[in-house]
Amino acid sequence: MDAFHLHARRRRARGAAAVLMLGLGGLGFVFFQTQVLKNTAYALRSEANRLRPLPIPAPRGTIFDRNGEIVADNVPGYALSLLPGPRDSLRSVLDRLAPLLGLGPDRIDELMQKSRAAPGRLLLVANDLTFEEVSALEERRALLPGLYIDMRPKRRYPAGDAVAHLVGYVGEISQAELEDPAFEAYEPGQLVGKAGLEREYEAILGGRPGVRYVEVDAYGRIVGPLGLRERRVAPVPGRDLHLYLDLELQRWIARIFPDSMRGAIVALEPGTGHVLALYSSPGYDPNEFVGGVAPDLWSSLNEDAAKPLLRRAVTGLYPPGSTFKLFTAAIGLELGVVDADAYMPIPCRGGMQYGNRYFRCWESAGHGFLDLPGAIQKSCNVYFYQLGLQIGLDRLLSEATRFGFSAPTGIDLPTEAAGQFPDGPEWYRERFGWRPTEAEVLNLAIGQGPNAQTPLKMAQLYAALAGDGLVRPPRIAATDVGDDEETRSLSISKRHLAVLRDGLRRVIGIDGTAHVASLEHWDLAGKTGTAENPHGEDHAWFVGMAGPKGGDPEIVVAALIEFGGHGWFAANYAAKAADYYLRRKHGIPVDTIQTLRDHLLAGRPVPWAEWR
Amino acid sequence: MALTQRLRSAFGDPLLVILILALSLFGVAMVYSAGQLDVPDPLVRDLWKMQLVWLGLSFVAMLVVLRVQVRWFEWAAVPLYVLSLILLAATLVIGEGHGTAQGVKSWIDLGPVMIQPAQIANPAAILMLARVMGSWREPPRSLWALWAPLAVVLVPMGLVMLQPDLGTAMVFTAILVATLYWAGAPLGLLFMLFSPALGLFLSFETWAFSVYMAALIVFLYLYRVYLWEGATVVTANLAAGTVALPLWNSLAPYQQARLLVFLDPSIDPRGAGWHVIQSRVAIGSGGLLGKGFTLGTQKRLAFLPEQHTDFIFSVIGEEFGFVGTVAVLLVFGLILWRLARVAERVSDPFAGIVVFGIFGAWFAHVVVNIGMTVGVMPITGIPLPFLSYGGSFLLATYLALGIVERIAAEQGRV
Repeated sequence: MDAFHLHARRRRARGAAAVLMLGLGGLGFVFFQTQVLKNTAYALRSEANRLRPLPIPAPRGTIFDRNGEIVADNVPGYALSLLPGPRDSLRSVLDRLAPLLGLGPDRIDELMQKSRAAPGRLLLVANDLTFEEVSALEERRALLPGLYIDMRPKRRYPAGDAVAHLVGYVGEISQAELEDPAFEAYEPGQLVGKAGLEREYEAILGGRPGVRYVEVDAYGRIVGPLGLRERRVAPVPGRDLHLYLDLELQRWIARIFPDSMRGAIVALEPGTGHVLALYSSPGYDPNEFVGGVAPDLWSSLNEDAAKPLLRRAVTGLYPPGSTFKLFTAAIGLELGVVDADAYMPIPCRGGMQYGNRYFRCWESAGHGFLDLPGAIQKSCNVYFYQLGLQIGLDRLLSEATRFGFSAPTGIDLPTEAAGQFPDGPEWYRERFGWRPTEAEVLNLAIGQGPNAQTPLKMAQLYAALAGDGLVRPPRIAATDVGDDEETRSLSISKRHLAVLRDGLRRVIGIDGTAHVASLEHWDLAGKTGTAENPHGEDHAWFVGMAGPKGGDPEIVVAALIEFGGHGWFAANYAAKAADYYLRRKHGIPVDTIQTLRDHLLAGRPVPWAEWR
Repeated sequence: MALTQRLRSAFGDPLLVILILALSLFGVAMVYSAGQLDVPDPLVRDLWKMQLVWLGLSFVAMLVVLRVQVRWFEWAAVPLYVLSLILLAATLVIGEGHGTAQGVKSWIDLGPVMIQPAQIANPAAILMLARVMGSWREPPRSLWALWAPLAVVLVPMGLVMLQPDLGTAMVFTAILVATLYWAGAPLGLLFMLFSPALGLFLSFETWAFSVYMAALIVFLYLYRVYLWEGATVVTANLAAGTVALPLWNSLAPYQQARLLVFLDPSIDPRGAGWHVIQSRVAIGSGGLLGKGFTLGTQKRLAFLPEQHTDFIFSVIGEEFGFVGTVAVLLVFGLILWRLARVAERVSDPFAGIVVFGIFGAWFAHVVVNIGMTVGVMPITGIPLPFLSYGGSFLLATYLALGIVERIAAEQGRV
């Protein structure tokens, strides 16, 4: 048989045709599957390939003070991000950016880590570029695939240092925050309130970012916006926040606060609990914190012995010293163990013997016999030792705890320190392992012993004394959000409040411990305190209230100055703050010469005071 | 009627020429489209003009080949084959990488042009095989009778494997099968010949290999092979099963990666799997009607690699959709069917084997290349005839076309 006979050839050609149809038909079937059956999935893949969703940051809400002054607002800024791409190319782009932006190797490692944590996302590299930096980057765009520069609102705090501890700052959301259910809707790279009001009211201020899509190629280069077909979701801007704060007062306090000294001044409105000022010193410029703190600034702030990052007004705990005596007096009056005009059995001769120990008064010459207002005026220890003994340790502990000395104030800030105060005899055993003797009450009655309070706490409680006896949670912002704290009553009768206030007024009067702080136009009342400080000079306290002569107090001020020595030193600054607020409120021209001390130092006459 | 007669005497099969010319012009258009990127690549943008020039040159070369008598090809087979072996051997020494396959030293730089000796070796091997098998008096009955064609293919194929170029080696295999088939080798013999390759793959599963070996022995018994022949086949299969693992380990890492990724592209989406995944996304997103000429986004945005050469078919799939891919597959089917028709009509054994060898080579190119774009074939980097950019390959296919047309024309005159 001939292998190449026509029939044989025909048979083989048919076989070839069969193989041909099988092969090409098989391919056709695979293409049918790919292009027709799975078209939707692949079309989505191709869209996802070419379209990158880019967040449009929402402008944060503006923060206004009580007079409509701006505490925080936005200015346009340039942000630099990188589109997701292959890791090695990302690395080389960052290396090329390093000299232009001054990125250190640590920062590059951190960014690489961040891109690993959120693959396929825009990587925010810097959000505080100058126009010059932007131009320099644009010139090198060809070398920097994935470069994405956009204008985004940048946070600004016009009052700078003065509001640092109060307003907080914003920064890029951290990994830990992203995992927090409270930030469920947030995406990496988004700015979020990190501290202070920015954090507390993030839900109001933050808004919701929008999104836009740009077309990119396989190398991560933006090919162009999508033009008319561009799909975008506009951001929802954050809502504005109005504060009870008086920014001018806050600024004034920052200005008069003694240079290079540390401390805090808190001003509240009695009857409402509204925060008029909340200042800690030293501060820092929160504008430097926006969108990431430079590492050297951060370490210098952290290592500074003055601890500028410490929010002394709300987290600084200090022994209240003599400012506590007022509450010993209030407890004594309410329990009926003492009358306002009664004397204690032992007159002050510079101290008194109790048990086997001699307890001293701060005035070694002694105060003799004093009634209650007189004892407040002179801050006589011997009087309060005896009052404390008459109240008894258990009752003092339970009543002071009821006043709230071991609780936080409930202010609308993310963190605050609760007061430290024994809430019963058991407290000593848990803390120190011993049961207190009755002698402990002598220490506690004059504000010593295991007792530490924040300036804000003292202001809050004095505000209750200055008004109707109700303790209100201090409020910075005029909003209902988070306003679930209830007011508590100190349960002090009006008559007794009047007695206490009379004592406070006499502190500023002639022979009072804070007479140097007295003001020309206003009735000032308050209590000095000297917190014993084992590390050096004592801390100076003053907590007081001021208002028009013969009228109700309109402002309560607590001032604490670390290493300030005696309480009158703090009283001077508290008085200056109150004077400034009241002058502006009542239309009297503002002056830097305010207190008696100011006038004497400036050589001005003091017609309202009798100075010997 | 007179015109058809004249065309037929000049070209042999005018329809084949028309189909191929139309497909080539479509190919130029696709190379143009492949250069239309959103971030323009100056190296690719104007390649379609080059391709058009090459097409003109190739057509003229085909006309020249049409003037050459078939006997001259038979005469030239031996020197051409020897020359191709020399070039292949030289490639191993002075070869260079090119395009996707930078690691494969398969190109020789001749100054103005780069040539790929494998593209000369393929037609040379076809001519040589036709010469060897064309002289057979009767079809081969035993494996021993296949020694000559096996030697003709295995020498250049071995040289190509050393480069190493898996795709071209697959084309050699296809040529050997096609020519043996046309020369009348029984299918059972072909199965015995290639059974060790099957054993190689199955040896990765012990149970599959056992079943396969049992089936093989039953087959050999029923097929009534010579004892020595059966023993050889069994031994070869066992040997293949044994060397499978060492052979796998001897593959270059990129070859292993390509084979593994062929099985599952998602194991390395940014690396070796990138080509397949992006090509499939391009084709799949084309849908029924495609995104429109030059408008494929996968291609425009450079997600599609080698879009003007190895993956030109992905561009067709993306821009013309399922309708476009089926149309192109149909045209390829028609072309190959015409080739088989020419082979069928030719009574001269040498000429018939040459035509069917070309059929086998082109069919292998089409299936391997198109299959690769959609992920049913491993990525080997062999071009798609008439469509992929590449001057020397276009020239080689048109020279082959010239031979086919000359054969068809001579047959017509007889």
